[in-house]
Amino acid sequence: MRTIVLAIGLITCLLSPAAAFVVEEETLFPATGVETQILSVLSTTDTAILRPVILGFQARNSSVSVRYTVASSQEVYAAIHDEGIGYDLVISSAMDLQMKLANDGFAARYRSALTDSIPNWAHWQDRLFAFAQENVVLIVSRAGLNGLPVPQTRRDLIEMLRGHPEVFRGRIGTYDPKASGAGYLFATQDARQSESFWRLAEVMGGLSPRLYTSSNDMISDLKQGRLVLAYNVLGSYAGPRLADDPDAKVVELEDYTLTLLRTGLVPVNAAAPNLGGAFLDFMIGTQGRRLLRDDAGLPPTDEMALASGPYLRPMRLDPGLLVFLDRIKRKAFLDEWSSAFSQN
Amino acid sequence: MSQAPLSLRLRLVLQLLGIAAVLAILLYFTVRTIAEQAAEATHDGVLGAATLAIAERLQGGDSGVGIDLPYEAFSILGSISADRVFYRIEAAGKTLTGYADLPLPPRTGASVAPVFYTAPYRDTQVRIAAVKRTVLVARVAVPVLVVVAQTQLGQDAIAQRVARRAALVGLGSFILAAVLSLLTTGSVLRPINRLAEAVGRRGPQDLRAVDHPTPAELRPLVSALNGFIARLRGALSRTETFIAEAAHHIRTPLATVRARAEIALRQAGSEDSRETLRAVIRAVEESSRSAGQLLDHATVVYRSDRLADEHVDLSALIARLVMAIEPIAELRDLTIMVAGVENKIVVRGDPPLIESAVRNLLDNAIKYSAQETQIDIGVEKKGKTARIELCDRGRGLAGQRQSRLTGRFQRGENSGDVVGSGLGLTIVEEVAAAHAGRFELTEREGGGTCARLFLPLV
Ligand SMILES: Nc1ncnc2c1ncn2[C@@H]1O[C@H](COP(=O)(O)OP(=O)(O)OP(=O)(O)O)[C@@H](O)[C@H]1O
Ligand SMILES: [Mg+2]
Repeated sequence: MRTIVLAIGLITCLLSPAAAFVVEEETLFPATGVETQILSVLSTTDTAILRPVILGFQARNSSVSVRYTVASSQEVYAAIHDEGIGYDLVISSAMDLQMKLANDGFAARYRSALTDSIPNWAHWQDRLFAFAQENVVLIVSRAGLNGLPVPQTRRDLIEMLRGHPEVFRGRIGTYDPKASGAGYLFATQDARQSESFWRLAEVMGGLSPRLYTSSNDMISDLKQGRLVLAYNVLGSYAGPRLADDPDAKVVELEDYTLTLLRTGLVPVNAAAPNLGGAFLDFMIGTQGRRLLRDDAGLPPTDEMALASGPYLRPMRLDPGLLVFLDRIKRKAFLDEWSSAFSQN
Repeated sequence: MSQAPLSLRLRLVLQLLGIAAVLAILLYFTVRTIAEQAAEATHDGVLGAATLAIAERLQGGDSGVGIDLPYEAFSILGSISADRVFYRIEAAGKTLTGYADLPLPPRTGASVAPVFYTAPYRDTQVRIAAVKRTVLVARVAVPVLVVVAQTQLGQDAIAQRVARRAALVGLGSFILAAVLSLLTTGSVLRPINRLAEAVGRRGPQDLRAVDHPTPAELRPLVSALNGFIARLRGALSRTETFIAEAAHHIRTPLATVRARAEIALRQAGSEDSRETLRAVIRAVEESSRSAGQLLDHATVVYRSDRLADEHVDLSALIARLVMAIEPIAELRDLTIMVAGVENKIVVRGDPPLIESAVRNLLDNAIKYSAQETQIDIGVEKKGKTARIELCDRGRGLAGQRQSRLTGRFQRGENSGDVVGSGLGLTIVEEVAAAHAGRFELTEREGGGTCARLFLPLV
C-alpha cells in the first residue's frame, strides 16, 4: 500500500512541478472494503491525534481510502493558495490563514443538514467550519514556583514575575511569533484583547525567556523542570499530557482566555469535494464529536462549554483575522514585539 | 349583432381592480427600490467608515508611508453578513500592501470623502470604497489611495428579503383594494337600486311624482322620469276631464229631450206613438244614467291619483245616504234596516270616493230587490279594517263571477229590464283598491246578494 501512496505522490509532483511545500508526514488509511474512492486530507493536526476519527469515518464508509498529509500551517496555506493542489479537505488550527483562504475564494461552498445546525460563531459563510475549540492556557510547575501562589490573571502573573525575577529568569517559555504561525496568532489576538499583553511582554523580555515553535516542546521542557511556566500553550495538548503529572498545573487565566477554533474547508479545486464534505459532516456529527473528545483529545465545538466559562474568548471567524496577515501590519507588530521583548 | 352593454357593477369593479393592480405593482417596485437603496446606503456607510478608518491611520515619515490597518474596521465589515473583504493601499501609483489587482476608482479623482463603485473582482462582484489622502514622506507630498472592497452577499440577502416582503405588501394592498372596491361598487349602486325598487313597487294607478331621496347624479334621471309621469298624468286627466265634460254636455240636452218626450206622451193620441215615446224616454233615461256613471267613474280615476287623506265617519255617511234614498225605497215598499251606526267608525280616505262607492252599492241593492223586501245594512270593525255590508233579498247573482261583474260596462245576465250602465261595481272596486281596501260580492244565504266593502281604519 505504501508504494501506491508514494506513486501517487510522485504523480502529483510530476503534474505540478511547482509543488514544493514541505510535507511532514503522509499516511494512507486503506479502505476497509473494496476501494472505490480516495479522500485526500491536508492537515496541521498530527496523524496520531486524528487517527481514531479517520478510522471511525472509514468504518462508516468502507469503500473510502484516506490519504492524510500533515504539514505546518504555513505550508498548508502555501499548498492551497500558491500551488493550488487539489486536496479534498484542508484542516488547520491557523484560523487567520484559513480565513484568508476562504476570503480569497479558495474555499468551495458546502452545505448539509449538519453544517446548517452549527452555531454562527463556528462557521464563516458556507465555506469555513470549526469542529474543535481549544483554549490557549498558561502551564506552571508547582515545584518551580517555590511556594508562590499559582497566578489566576495576567495582572497576578506580571506582579509575580516583577516581584521574583530570580525564580523565573531563563525559566519561562512562550511561542516565538516570528517563527510560529500559532504563536503569531496568539500574540496578535492577545494584543487586541488587552494592553496588559504589552506589559507582560516587557516583563517576560526582561527575564531572558526561551522561545518555542510548538506547544509540545514547551510541555516537555516544563515536565523536565527546565521551565517554571509557559505562556500561551494549546490546552488540548497540555491537558492530556499533564493530566497525570501532580506537579504541573494548567491555568485558564480568568481575565480572559483565548479559544482557538480548529477549522476545515473544502478547496474549490477539490477532486472529490463531496468526500471532503462528508468527512467534515462526520466530525461535526454526534459520533465524530465523541471520537474527537474521547479518543483524539480535541474538545469539539460546544456552545455550552463556552457559556460555562465566562472568561473564554473564542477568536472570531471574520475578516478581522486578515489584518495581521497584512505584510506591513505583520512587520510593524513583530517590530514592536521585538522591541518590547528584547529590552535590556 | 349588438351586445348588451356591460353592467355598471362589472364595469366599476373591473376598473377599480385595474387601478388597484396598477397601484399594487407601483407599490411593489417603490418599496423594493427604496429598500434596496437603503440597504446599499447602509452597506456603503459601513464600507466607507472602514475605508476612512484606514485612511485616518496613514502616517508620514522619513522611511515611507506608515500604515496601521485597524482590526475592528475589518471585523465590522464582516459582521453585517459574512461578506468577503479585499483592500489595496497605493502610494504614488505603487501598491504598498493588500490585493494588487483590486480595481481602482474609474475616475482618478478619488476625494477626501469616500467614492463608491461596483466592479467585478475575481469570481464575484464587489462594492468598493476609495479614499485619497496626502502624506508627507521625507517632506514630499505623496498621494495615497485606500481602496476597500466587500462582496454583496449581505446586500443581496436583504434585497431578496425585501422583494418578498414588498410582494406581500403589494398583494395585500391589492386584496384590500379589491374588497374595498366591491364594497364601494355596492354602495355607489345602492341609490340606483333603491330608486328602481321604489318605482317598481308602485301600483298600476300610482302616477305621483317620484320624490324618493336620490343623490345629485341621479336627479336628472329622476326629474326626467317625473316629467314623463307628469305628461302621462296630464294626458290621462285631460281624457277624464273630457269624459266628465262630455257626460255633462250630454246630460243637459237629454234632460230637455226627456221633458219634451213626457209632455208629448201625455198629449199623444195613438197607442203606437205612445209606445214609441215610452221607448224614447227609457233610452234617454239609460243614456243619462250612463253619463252620470261615466262622470262618477272619471272622478274616481282622477282623484285616486291624488287621494285626499281625511277621516271619514262611516256611520254618518251611511245614515246620510240612506236618508237620501229613502223616498225611492218607499216607492217600492222596501224596508232598510241599518245596524252598527250608533258608534263612530272612522276610516282614512277620500270622502267623495267612499261616498260614491257606498251610494252605488245602495243603488244596486234597491234596484235589484224585489218589492216589499228588506235590505240589511251593517257597519263594524274587523281587526284593522272597517266592514260595510249591504244584504238584499233580491234576485241574487245567478252564479255569475264577481270578477266579471266588476268589469267596465259589464252588466249581469240577471239585470233584465233594470236601467244601468255596468259601471257601478267598477267604481266600487276602484275605490277599494285606491284605499288599499277590498270588495266582495257574494250570494246571500236564503236568496239575495251580499256586498261587502272593507276599508282601513284610522
Ligand atoms: N244587489 C245585486 N243583486 C243582483 N245582481 C246585482 C246586484 N248588484 C249588481 N248586480 C249585477 O251586477 C251587474 C253589474 O252591476 P253594476 O252596478 O256594475 O251595473 P248596473 O247596476 O247594471 O249599472 P249602473 O252602472 O247603473 O250601476 C248588474 O248588471 C247586475 O247584474
Ligand atoms: Mg249598479
